[in-house]
Parts: sequence; structure tokens; C-alpha cells
Amino acid sequence: MLEFLLSALILTGAAFTFIGSLGLARFRDFYTRLHGPTKATTLGVGCLLIASSIHFSVDGDLSLHEVLVTLFLFMTAPVSAHLLAKAALHIKAKSLAPTPDEGSGQPPHSS
Amino acid sequence: MKRLLPHPLLTLTLAVLWLLLVNTFSAGHMVLGLLLGWLIPFATRSLWPQSVCIRNVPVLLRYLVVVMHDIVVGSFRVARLILGRPSSLRPAFITVPLELKTDLAISLLANTISLTPGTVSVLVSDDRRTLTVHSLDTEDAAAMVAEIKHRYEAPLKAIFESC
Repeated sequence: MLEFLLSALILTGAAFTFIGSLGLARFRDFYTRLHGPTKATTLGVGCLLIASSIHFSVDGDLSLHEVLVTLFLFMTAPVSAHLLAKAALHIKAKSLAPTPDEGSGQPPHSS
Repeated sequence: MKRLLPHPLLTLTLAVLWLLLVNTFSAGHMVLGLLLGWLIPFATRSLWPQSVCIRNVPVLLRYLVVVMHDIVVGSFRVARLILGRPSSLRPAFITVPLELKTDLAISLLANTISLTPGTVSVLVSDDRRTLTVHSLDTEDAAAMVAEIKHRYEAPLKAIFESC
């Protein structure tokens, strides 16, 4: 029974991680590409870590390392995504959507 | 008290982090964790100019549940968008006016927005008045701003800025 649950979690996690990476290939501009690998992977890695935690906790001692991994991932992934986006805005990367002004954050003039 | 124990919350957090890190919950490690939790904020206190205050613990817990829920729901949405036709996407930059004042609350809001799939926070304006968000598929920009303000900003304001 547990085996099935763990397999389901791992497969779901793998599927989400894969779909997230697929976004990198399918999307058209930098900003939309950013969404795939940084986000769909949140849930993907989350599932894998839950599976790992359950597996090792049932096997022997309680294993909560994974909570820490999740915590640090949730704290750092958004920061790197934010910095990547900010850098892209700074070098004026090609964008499908009209980009805002860098200093004031004002919306783009309609063009 | 304030001098000896500058950041009680940070002390507790570091102690719990230590216990998770060593992956054992023995009394010895609890003492060691608390000692580290006291020593590290004490040694680095010049890096923490303002003390953090947290009010409304129930709101904080509800906020965490809401964020978790949005991560799961949003992940499915983004997965569907990735598998769908890329040309049917409607990406847009959305400007969210900020009511939050403290740096911590603003960074947490930006972090939450980036964490929930489908949106990345791109820019905080120089005057800290607006937050620019890139959204993967935008149906109604105004509704999205309202949702961000209602779901994330309001609880953050209640938690971190009511004291």
C-alpha cells in the first residue's frame, strides 16, 4: 500500500519537473520561459521530497531533512526568479508583453 | 533582556533549524541548538537593524495554508498552459500598487507571488509604491491585482504591520 503511495508521489513529482522543463523549450520569450522551470518544479520537487521523507521515516528514524530542503527551496527559488527577471528587464530582453519602465515600474505606454 | 536576547524569534527558528539539520531530537542537540540560536543573532546583531514582530498567529497559519493551496492549484494551471498551445498565451506585466511599508513584508509578498505558479515578481519601484508582476496568462489584469491584494497583501499587512 505504502509502496503505491510512494510511487504515485514520485511519478507525480517527476511528471511536474519534466513539464516544467518542457516549458523552457516550448515558450517563446525569456519572461514566459522563466515560469516553467521555476514554478512547476516547486510542486514537482515538493512531491519527491514528501516521498523521500515518508520512505525514510517508515524505514527507521524520523527523517525531517526534507522539510529543510523544501524550506530553503521555497525561500531561494523566488529570489533567483526575481533577479533573473529584473536582469532581463535591465538588458531589455525581447518580450512578448510590453515591458514597464525600470525605475518607476510604471506600465508601458500603449503602443 | 533586549540586549542579551536581541531576537527571540530568530533564536527559536535557528534552534529548530539546527534540530532539523542534525536530524535527531535529543536533549543535547536541543541545548546546542538554543545556544547557537542565541550566539548567532548576538554575533550578527548589526545585520538586523529592525526587530521583527509577528502579530496574529492564526492569520499567519491561514496565510501559509492559502499559499500552499495556491501553489498546488497554480502548478496544475501552469502545467496545462505548457502542454497547450504556446501561441495562445497572453503574457503581461501587471502593476500592483503596494500598501505595505516595511521591507520584510514587501519581500515576503514578492516571494509569495513568485512562489505561486503563473506569476513572477519582476520589479519593486524605487519609491516602494508599486510592484510589477509578470503573469504567464492574463485574463483580466484588474481582477488579478485585486486577488493579489486580497489573498496575499491583506494578511501580510495584518501579520507584520499591526504593531
